[in-house]
Amino acid sequence: MVKQKLVVIGNGMAPGKALETLIELAPEAYDITIFNAEPRVNYNRIMLSPVLSGESTFEDIIIHGDGWYIENGITLYKGHKVTDIDRDAKTVTSEAGVTVGYDKLLIATGSTPFIIPIPGHKLAGVLAYRDLDDVDAMLIAARSGGKAVVIGGGLLGLEAAAGLQMQGMDVTVLHLMPTLMERQLDESAGYLLEKTLTERGLKILTKANTKEILGEKKVTGVRLEDGTELEADIVIMAVGIRPSKNLAEQCGIKTGRGILVNDKMQTNDPDIYAVGECIEFEENCYGLVAPLYDQAKIVGKTLAAKDTDGFVHPETATKLKVTGVNLYSAGDFSGGEDREDIVLRDATQGIYKRLVLKDNTIIGVVLYGDTEDGPWFFQHIKDKTDISEMRETLIFGPAYQGGAPVDPLQAVAALPDDTEICGCNGVSKCDIINAIDEKSLSNLDDVRAHTKASASCGTCTGLVEKLLALTLGDDFKPDAIKPVCGCTDKGHDEVRRRIVAQELKSIPAVFQELEWSTSGGCAKCRPAINYYLICAWPDEYEDDGFSRFINERIHANIQKDGTYSVVPRVWGGMTSSKELRAIADVVDKFDIPAVKYTGGQRIDMLGVKKEDLPGVWADLNSAGMVSGHAYAKGLRTVKTCVGTDWCRFGTQDSTGLGIKLEKFLWGAWAPHKLKLAVSGCPRNCAEATCKDIGIVCVDSGYEIHAFGAAGLHIKGTDVLGIVPTEEAVIEHVGALVQMYREQGHYLDRMYKWKDKVGFDYIVETIMGDAKARKVYYDRFVYSQKFFQIDPWAERVAGKEAHHFNPIEIVQPKAGILEPAE
Amino acid sequence: MSVKSENWLDLCEVSEIPSQGSRIVKTPTGCLALFKTAEGEVFALNDKCPHKQGPLSQGIVHDKFVTCPLHAWVFSLETGEAQGADEGRVATFPTRIVNGRVEISLTALIEGKAA
Ligand code: SRM
Ligand SMILES: Cc1cc2nc3c(=O)[nH]c(=O)nc-3n(C[C@H](O)[C@H](O)[C@H](O)COP(=O)(O)OP(=O)(O)OC[C@H]3O[C@@H](n4cnc5c(N)ncnc54)[C@H](O)[C@@H]3O)c2cc1C
Ligand code: SF4
Ligand code: FES
Repeated sequence: MVKQKLVVIGNGMAPGKALETLIELAPEAYDITIFNAEPRVNYNRIMLSPVLSGESTFEDIIIHGDGWYIENGITLYKGHKVTDIDRDAKTVTSEAGVTVGYDKLLIATGSTPFIIPIPGHKLAGVLAYRDLDDVDAMLIAARSGGKAVVIGGGLLGLEAAAGLQMQGMDVTVLHLMPTLMERQLDESAGYLLEKTLTERGLKILTKANTKEILGEKKVTGVRLEDGTELEADIVIMAVGIRPSKNLAEQCGIKTGRGILVNDKMQTNDPDIYAVGECIEFEENCYGLVAPLYDQAKIVGKTLAAKDTDGFVHPETATKLKVTGVNLYSAGDFSGGEDREDIVLRDATQGIYKRLVLKDNTIIGVVLYGDTEDGPWFFQHIKDKTDISEMRETLIFGPAYQGGAPVDPLQAVAALPDDTEICGCNGVSKCDIINAIDEKSLSNLDDVRAHTKASASCGTCTGLVEKLLALTLGDDFKPDAIKPVCGCTDKGHDEVRRRIVAQELKSIPAVFQELEWSTSGGCAKCRPAINYYLICAWPDEYEDDGFSRFINERIHANIQKDGTYSVVPRVWGGMTSSKELRAIADVVDKFDIPAVKYTGGQRIDMLGVKKEDLPGVWADLNSAGMVSGHAYAKGLRTVKTCVGTDWCRFGTQDSTGLGIKLEKFLWGAWAPHKLKLAVSGCPRNCAEATCKDIGIVCVDSGYEIHAFGAAGLHIKGTDVLGIVPTEEAVIEHVGALVQMYREQGHYLDRMYKWKDKVGFDYIVETIMGDAKARKVYYDRFVYSQKFFQIDPWAERVAGKEAHHFNPIEIVQPKAGILEPAE
Repeated sequence: MSVKSENWLDLCEVSEIPSQGSRIVKTPTGCLALFKTAEGEVFALNDKCPHKQGPLSQGIVHDKFVTCPLHAWVFSLETGEAQGADEGRVATFPTRIVNGRVEISLTALIEGKAA
C-alpha cells in the first residue's frame, strides 16, 4: 500500500491526541509531517501554571518527547510557522521556506490570546499567557520581585496571578465584572474565591476597567477608567482567546468565529480537517481540553478510515489549578423558571455547593471549598440520571447514597455532651441542655439570653434550635420569626445583627455567610440587604443600584405610563421667585405635561421622559435646587408653618427650624420613608402630629413627637418630651432617626418599629440616656458625610449614563422593520 | 454542520449592559429591554408588561427573572412567562454573544414585532 502524506499544522494537545489515535489504529497509513510555530515538542499546556508557580518543571509536562517522533517516523519542524496553504497544488509552506505536499491536511493552530488594543498594549513587559515563552518571560521578570498587574480575573488570569505571587511578586488582578470567573462561577462562589485569594495576599479589583498601559518603552503601570493608577513591572493580559483561523481563511476555507467543521472535523475542503481550539462546531468554540480530545479521537479514527460516531457538543467541567483553592463548576448553573436549586452552605468551613436541577436531572453544579464530589455530579449531568430517588440527600454526595438517610436531629443527639456548640462564647452541648431544663427555657432568645450560645456570630443557631427541639420535644415551637423572604429562614433582626457582628460588607457575603437558599436573592431581599449594608457600613459599602427599586435607582418616581415625576427639594416649604421661575422654564423647555403642588409643600413635575431627566435636573441644579428624594426610603419632606416670622400665635421660629432639620437630615436612607413637620404652636397647621417625627413649638421650648403617619393607617404621634433649644431638637431628632435606621426592619415605617421594640425603650434611650443619645447622634452625623451628595448633580455629571441612553436600531436593513403604528 | 440561516443584528458590547441591569433598545417598532444577569447571560424581551404596560427594563433583575417596576409581577427572562399566580407572557427574542458583543436575532425581530 502506498503511504499517503499527512501534514499537520500546529503541534498542540489536540493534534497530539489525534496522532496517538491514528498511529494506534493504522500505524502504516501515513507519512506524517508536523509544522509547529513553537520551537518544541508537544507538551501539556494546561500544566504551565504549575511550571510558573515553581511546582513543576517543563520536563515534567512534556507529552511526546523527541523519541516519540523518531519512533513513529514523524518529521517535526520545530519553530516553523506555516504561512501558506496552496489547495490546488496541495502543499503547505513555512515561513522558513520549507514546502511539503499533502494528501490530507490537519489544521490545529489552536487559538491566540486576545490583547485589548488600549494605548500602551505594545510596550515591552506586556505579556499574554499562552505558551512556555510567556512563562519564561514571567519567570525572568519575577526574579527581581516587583509588581505585576494581571488584567482578567478568569481561569487563566487567576492562575497567572497565583503563580506570579508564589514567585514573589506583588500582584494585582483587575477584573471588569463584579465577581471573579463569572463565566464558570455564580456570585456566591465568586465571592468565596475572591475572599480566599485576598486572604492569601492577592489584590483584586473588580469592576475595574483598564484604560491605558503606562510607560515609555517598558511598562511602568496601568491607569483605570476611574483614574486610579497602579504601578507595574509587568502586565499580563488574560482576557480571552480567539480561534486562530487566519491561515485557513486566507486559503478560502470557510470560517466563522473559528474554522467551520462538520461532526467528523472536516472543513468544506474534504481533504482538509481541523481540530482543537481553532474550530467552530455548531456555533460553539472550545477552550478546554476534554472536548478537544473527543474531537481528536474522531479525527484520528476518520483518518485511519475507521467508523466513528460524530462529534457531539459536550458538557465541560472547570477546575482552577491554584494550590489550596478548590472550586469546580460544570454544566448550566444559572437559575430559571423550570429549574430548581439545591444549595448547601457551610459558612464556617467556607463551603458552598449548588446543584441546578431540571426535570429530575442535574444540569449544573458549582462547588467551592469541597469539590470531591464534583466528578460524581458531573457524571450524573452527562448521564442525565433521574435523581428523584436520592433527591433528599443528593447534595451530600455519593457517600450518603444507598445508606440510611441522615436524620439531622439524630446526628445532633449523638454528639458527645462536651461538644462545643457555640465557638464564639465557648458553650457546650450540656451547658445548653442544662440551661433549658433548669431555667425552663423555651425559645432561641431565651437560650441566647441565658447561655450566650448563638448570640454572637449566630452560625450555630441551627444546632441550638435542634437542641431545643431534642430537649423540649413537641413543646418547642421555633418562634414564628418572619423570614425576610422566601430565600431564607432568617428574620430581619438576625440578618441585621450578623451583618454587623460578622462584618459582612457585600450582598454576596451576606448570602453566603447567612446561608441563603437561592443563589442571587429576589426582589424582596435584595433591596432590604442593600439598605442594611448601607446603614451598617456608610463609609465602606458601595451601594448596589440594581438591588433598588427603579425610583431609587434613578432618583425619580416612575408613573403608570413609564414616564417619571421630578420633585425638587423646597427646604421647609419656603421657595423664591428664582426657584419658581426655574421650574416654569424647565416645564416649558421639556414640554412637561403636568405641574402640581404636592401634599408635602412642594412642586411635582409629572410626565418627564426618562431621557430628559438629566437635562431637567441640570437646569434645576443651576438654579440651586437638588433632589427632593420624593422616591426615597429616606428623608422626604419637612413641612413647616409660618411661625414667629409672621403668625400672631407663633411661639418659635418653626420655619427656620424646619429648614435646619431638612438640611441636617436630607440624603439619609432609612427603612422606609421619613417625614417630618414643625408647627409653630399647638394649633398645628403643619400637621406635625401625624408625621414620623413632629415638632410642636410651645412657649417653653419644643415638644418632640414621633411615630405618626397618615397613609394607609392613621396614627397620631406620641410625645417623647420637651427640649429647650433648637440645638437640642436637632440632637434628639438625629439620635432618634439613627436608632430607627439601625433597628427598623426594611419597609417598616417608624411607628411599626416602635410597636416592635417598645415605646418605653425608645424614650428611655433618647430622652433619658444622654450618653446613648450622643452615640447615636454621632453615628448619624458620620454617616451623613457620605450621603449628602445630590444624586441629580452626580447623574448630570455623567454617573450611570447608561440609564438614560437607549440603544437605537435605526432601520437596520432598509424597510425590514415597519415603523410603530 | 448546522449554520442556521438566521440574521443577527449587532447591538452593543456585553459590558455596556450593567450586570443585573438592563438597556433599552429602541426599534422602529417599539422598545425592547435587554437584560444581563449576574452570571453574564443576556436576554431580550419586549419592554411592555402584559399587566399594565409597565416598562420591564426598569425592574429588578434576580437570577433569570425580572420584577416589573409597577406592580411587581415576576417574569422569566428565558420564556417571558409570568410566574406564580399571575398569568401572562412577554415576547422574548433570541440573542447571542459573539466576541463580547451582543447580537439579536433580526429574523425574530421582524417576525415578532416588538410592541
Ligand atoms: C405627590 C404626592 C401626592 C400629591 O400630589 O400631593 C404623593 C404621591 C405618591 N405617594 Fe404619597 N404623595 C404625597 C404625599 C403623601 C402624604 C402627605 C404628606 O406627606 O404630608 C401622605 C400621608 C402621610 C404619610 O406618609 O404618613 C402620603 C402617603 C403615601 C403612602 C402611604 C404610606 C404609609 O405608610 O401608609 C404611600 C405608599 C407607600 O409609600 O408605600 C404613598 C406613595 C406615593 C407614591 C410614591 C406612589 C408610588 O409608589 O408611585 C406617589 C408618587 C407620585 C409621584 O410620582 O410623585 N404615599 N403621601 C405627595 C408628595 C409629597 C412630596 O412633596 O414629596
Ligand atoms: C495557562 C493555561 C492553562 C490552561 N488550563 C486548562 C485547564 O486547566 N483545563 C483545560 O481543559 N484547559 C486548560 N487550558 C486550555 C488548553 O490548554 C487548550 O484548550 C489546549 O491546549 C488547546 O489545544 P490545541 O491543540 O487546540 O491548541 P494549542 O495547544 O494552542 O496548540 C496550537 C499550536 O499551534 C501552533 N501554531 C499556530 N499557528 C501555527 C501556524 N501557522 N503554523 C505552525 N504552527 C502554528 C502554536 O504555536 C501552538 O503550539 C489552559 C491553557 C493555558 C494557556
Ligand atoms: S393617594 Fe394614591 S393615587 Fe394619590 S398620589 Fe397617593 S398613592 Fe397615588
Ligand atoms: S404593569 Fe407590570 S406588574 Fe403591573
